[in-house]
Amino acid sequence: MSAMAGAEQAERADTREALGRWARRNTWTLGLIGLLASFILITKLIQPSYSAEAFQGLAIGALPLAMAAVAQAIVVISGGIDLSVGSMMALTSVTSAALMKGQPEAFGVVVVLGVLLLGIALGTTNGTLVVITKVPDIVVTLAMSFVWAGAALLVLNTPGGGSAEWLKGLVSGSILSDWIPRALVTMVVIVGVIWIPLRRSTTGLALYAVGSDRLAAFRSGVSVGRTKILAYALTGLFSAFGGLALTATTGIGSPVPGAYTLLGVAAIVLGGVSLAGGRGGVAGPIVAVFVLALVRTDLTLLGVNSNLSTVVQGTILIGVVMFGSLLTMRRVRR
Amino acid sequence: MTELLLDATGVAKRYGAVAALRSASLSVRAGEVHALMGANGAGKSTLVKILTGAVHPDEGTILVRGEPYVARSPAEARRSGVVSVYQEPALIPDLDIKSNLRLTGTPLEPFRHWLSELGIADLDMAEAARNLPLATLRVIDLARALAIEPHVLMLDEMTAALPADLTERVLEVIAGQRGSDRSIIFISHRLIEIAAVCDRATVLREGVTVGVVDVTEGSNDRIVGLMLGESAKNLGVRRDGARVAASGPDATPARIAARGLRVGTRLHDVSFELRAGEVLGVVALEGQGQDELFDVLSGSLRPDGGELLVDGTPVAFKHPADAIRAGLVYVPADRAEALLMQRSVRENIALPFSASIRSWGPIPIGREKRKVDEAIAQLQIDTRAAGEVRRLSGGNQQKVTIARWVAGGVRTMLCFDPTRGIDIGTKDQIYALLRQLAGEGAAVLLYTSELKEVQLACDRAIVIFGGRVVAEIAVEDADEPTLLRAAYDLPPDVPMPEEIAAGVLAGDLPSELPGSGPMVSA
Repeated sequence: MSAMAGAEQAERADTREALGRWARRNTWTLGLIGLLASFILITKLIQPSYSAEAFQGLAIGALPLAMAAVAQAIVVISGGIDLSVGSMMALTSVTSAALMKGQPEAFGVVVVLGVLLLGIALGTTNGTLVVITKVPDIVVTLAMSFVWAGAALLVLNTPGGGSAEWLKGLVSGSILSDWIPRALVTMVVIVGVIWIPLRRSTTGLALYAVGSDRLAAFRSGVSVGRTKILAYALTGLFSAFGGLALTATTGIGSPVPGAYTLLGVAAIVLGGVSLAGGRGGVAGPIVAVFVLALVRTDLTLLGVNSNLSTVVQGTILIGVVMFGSLLTMRRVRR
Repeated sequence: MTELLLDATGVAKRYGAVAALRSASLSVRAGEVHALMGANGAGKSTLVKILTGAVHPDEGTILVRGEPYVARSPAEARRSGVVSVYQEPALIPDLDIKSNLRLTGTPLEPFRHWLSELGIADLDMAEAARNLPLATLRVIDLARALAIEPHVLMLDEMTAALPADLTERVLEVIAGQRGSDRSIIFISHRLIEIAAVCDRATVLREGVTVGVVDVTEGSNDRIVGLMLGESAKNLGVRRDGARVAASGPDATPARIAARGLRVGTRLHDVSFELRAGEVLGVVALEGQGQDELFDVLSGSLRPDGGELLVDGTPVAFKHPADAIRAGLVYVPADRAEALLMQRSVRENIALPFSASIRSWGPIPIGREKRKVDEAIAQLQIDTRAAGEVRRLSGGNQQKVTIARWVAGGVRTMLCFDPTRGIDIGTKDQIYALLRQLAGEGAAVLLYTSELKEVQLACDRAIVIFGGRVVAEIAVEDADEPTLLRAAYDLPPDVPMPEEIAAGVLAGDLPSELPGSGPMVSA
């Protein structure tokens, strides 16, 4: 009896320890979720009439940036950076919009799959250039951002095209409850289906390994070049998802890239991804995108000048990141 | 027992004009622990890199179990059964131990078995590698390598940075592999460990295999002799008599007095005094703590313990600027560390003393020019390409790194291998300059990887081994064989008894052995 109770207790202690460790590992993301919750509360306080519809609108607005953040997070985790995310989104968006306009619904499926492949091809090109030329990532991807942006203008030189209705339907409205926007669910499903199995595979470990310590990764038998190319290909894939999100949410394609590249970098930094590589995940950046979007909403609701609100956004970003590194420093010293 | 597991012959590798390996061979039998020996720059690390797949040889054949062996990466080397444990553990800092094992496809049960054999019983597999101490990581790396069941296991300075109890367990496990069907290539600067666990030793000198020695009683002398080669005999070193004798115990305190300096696992107990008017040589094999010592003295690393006195006053440097203010200036081996490569010779030389002027006003150009010109003349710097320092030759660059301190008036100069990769003529000029500085009353601490420099430039030398000062040698006695023996922590002219070697396994520390403690010859 007592032995069984002891074993049970030990098991419970184990579970508690595992939970504690999980919480310690994900402190940053958990903290961000807390921050997000408090911003939702603040929004409710400022504007008691803030409705589920408004939240759905927020999710729809945040979807392209969330995809850009996931795209950027993957390449940064593997120790690189991709400044062409915004341009790849523009190119994939106009390609999908131009091809889908006036075509039957079913053809849209072919277009979506084709555009995702296009994204992988763009990313693979970036990665291959980085690995083969050994020119720094930041230079290669900056140059390629002009190439992709130019190509987007060649496809459509003014905003236009169209989107399949089912694609628009994937991101509008809500599921189950008014407070669960369909755009959010779509995003969680896409990211979950691709990222979670990858994260648990040896390939996923290799992404982190290359970003954490290239030499140790090489010596552990990881093919560094191949892993880097894969990271860029995944970034291209998620940029294509971002481009499709733009088409789906606006119903057209716009050849001029938005500020998704740098906003994506801001989101991953806020989301706990180390720019030095090897640390972080994709959940944090997604939550960070929502935090940034809510801050903007709140400032608009408060009637703050929209120019001033970008100043506030930047200040919050610096503040949170500084707070984070202070905590890390203190932990190291202890 | 005669089956050759690994057989490398005629291996050569050039880097540009430099031949790192000219003709190296290495034959390792199944079931033996084989030492790979060589002084600094003998080509040991190049041969290891070739075997691990990090570098491709220009010439030569390598067979593993009779099959041609071509490894283009550590992953390929491992597929052929050649696994290495490096000096820096190949564990990913941001991944936990379990993920690290998964990344390399290491089976878990054998890993746990070897880990407990190696004396680490309770390891939290979910801990990130970043949070574990270096010694533990090295042992984990070894257990992981053993768990893969390699044909050939290469251990590079495996026991460096390990505490005594772990060292003992590691050596036991290595010795336990004798007679198995795998073989171990053991690289170590500690001859006492080689005597304890190795069957044979291959010695490299200047990129050539110069001998294979059966490790027995008294084989240490043969190994050291092979490592030295001809240079042991021709000791015709020039001695210019005008050497300022180190002043004895007098009233003025030493420029630098170090007492029991400690840094992590690298530096254990370093004490010495550096007096005005002398050049003190520091001799050590690679990685014995000399890097940390110079980092501490130049203010870029804070010691964990011990005391540092400059001119009799205790100091605690927080930043290199503090060291410079106290008169301790640093000349690194790597010029790029010290110079602004894209700026002119003039700016580089003027920077330290112009930056030290405590004012925000404009730089007094006339005064600066005069001082810079003096320094350029004194060091005979070739200023034809003075516009950008990076266009200067290596020797001239090194002269600029010295000139920048000389121009402002130098009190104490810390030189870390300042003549590395420099032509012989410039080397002589640098020795002469160091002597001249000492003659004018400066104090110079000179670490050198070239043992013959000691007699050319120094007044006396201290020898560091395993983070401790193990010997102090007067310049008259500091010939290459003596220095090399001391650098390997061998007692002078005392053949090493077999019992001492056996004693390592029994747990005795080398430093407690008779005859290997600090020795002072005067």
